[in-house]
Amino acid sequence: MSDHIVKSYDRDLENLGRKIAEMGGLAEKMLAEAMEALSLLNIEVAQRVIATDARLDILQREIEEKAIMTIARRQPLAVDLRECIAAIRISGDIERIGDLAKNIAKRALKIASETRVTRATIGLKSMQEIAGMQLKDSLDAYAQRDIEKARIVWDNDAQLDALEDSVFRDLLTFMMEDPRNISFCTHLLFCSKNLERIGDHTTNIAETIIYLVTGEPMPVERPKGRDSSLNVINGEAL
Amino acid sequence: MSLVVSTSGDPAVKVSVRNLDFYYGGHHALKSVNLPLYAKKVTSFIGPSGCGKSTLLRVLNRMYDLYPGQRAEGEVLLDNENILDPAIDLNALRARVGMVFQKPTPFPMSIYENVAFGVKLYETLPRGELDARVEEALRGAALWDEVKDKLQSSGLGLSGGQQQRLCIARSVAVRPDIILFDEPCSALDPISTAKVEELIEELESQYTIAIVTHNMQQAVRVSDYTAFMYLGELIEFGKTDDVFNTPKEKRTLDYITGRFG
Repeated sequence: MSDHIVKSYDRDLENLGRKIAEMGGLAEKMLAEAMEALSLLNIEVAQRVIATDARLDILQREIEEKAIMTIARRQPLAVDLRECIAAIRISGDIERIGDLAKNIAKRALKIASETRVTRATIGLKSMQEIAGMQLKDSLDAYAQRDIEKARIVWDNDAQLDALEDSVFRDLLTFMMEDPRNISFCTHLLFCSKNLERIGDHTTNIAETIIYLVTGEPMPVERPKGRDSSLNVINGEAL
Repeated sequence: MSLVVSTSGDPAVKVSVRNLDFYYGGHHALKSVNLPLYAKKVTSFIGPSGCGKSTLLRVLNRMYDLYPGQRAEGEVLLDNENILDPAIDLNALRARVGMVFQKPTPFPMSIYENVAFGVKLYETLPRGELDARVEEALRGAALWDEVKDKLQSSGLGLSGGQQQRLCIARSVAVRPDIILFDEPCSALDPISTAKVEELIEELESQYTIAIVTHNMQQAVRVSDYTAFMYLGELIEFGKTDDVFNTPKEKRTLDYITGRFG
């Protein structure tokens, strides 16, 4: 797209995009390290993840302020207005992803002293890989304004939902096998929920990108790839 | 009076501009313009200076007839009647199509006479009825409460914003079908601008309105439909929400987002 007549307007919008990219990079790193902390019960890595979250919060606030100032100063229309709205929304999603990764790291610290069930984290690792890939793809789609890539992210969320169900079943089994696993596995249950929610936020980002580029919202209904963990407990389909 | 009713879910068409070309002597100012003005809706015309939007407005009440060497070709159907027809009664046309200009144009006479002036050109009303018409028009232009105690004072003594509303009252007083606004707020402060915009919203329930504006946000706020013009051509016409959110033409997008080089 051609440049604005007012050069500083372009710089304002570029600046928003750059800060989102910075947030995205931090969140990706936090997610990978949170999982590393959880798999290896590495306290040092966990603490690093927790410390990084503050930077993400600051960036989100900066983006919000800058987007609001851009709206007030430039009175943007069409795609420019959507750029500002998208920056506010996406920074909010990335900030939440950071919170969820931080929560995984906190749980890693808590369970470091518990009885370990090493195989219990294998399913979570797969979830983290998919969530990490979804996050990366959604950030790439944003950087390239690529709605096809965004649509793929949107469609792929069902995978993560399905995997969460499978992890839920596994953890239930471990807990039934030996009640001493309950505390450890309960923390892992929350972690799997966090990973599933990270997936939801990447889906939000994908929806925002499609809105940004086309001006059209995505359908309200999202693809769902599971029966819900409630059904697993009740042993019947709702 | 018959109206062309469209079938696509849009409101009834009040004015239909068809293959309109306009010339200032040798200068081809409008090039084969086609568009509707929907009844009791606000249509805004946007575009850079010299794009032909004011020219189009001046065709709608044949104001150009006042100037030699200017001519229009094509058709402009107002309720299915071609107003470009040389046989048309221009006085009757201008009573049906009122106009408000960029700078307020009060006459050097009393507030009352400013409003009654137009009415007297077209109708002979008894004093009481004329008084009622003046009050109705001033109320319609949201000016009554501010001037009711000084109707005999000069119109020139009013503030810029009040003068502009006085001109709107003068248009409304002859009970037109259409009101044309040519950058009505460009000489007004923000408060007067807000009052005129509020007024346009109110007038919409009774009149078909066309407004030329350089203020994009104003077009977004007040209009239902927007026409973007460039170098004498109509580039895009559509619902205002669509034109300003997802324009179909790149030139429209570039213009509304300030990318026009």
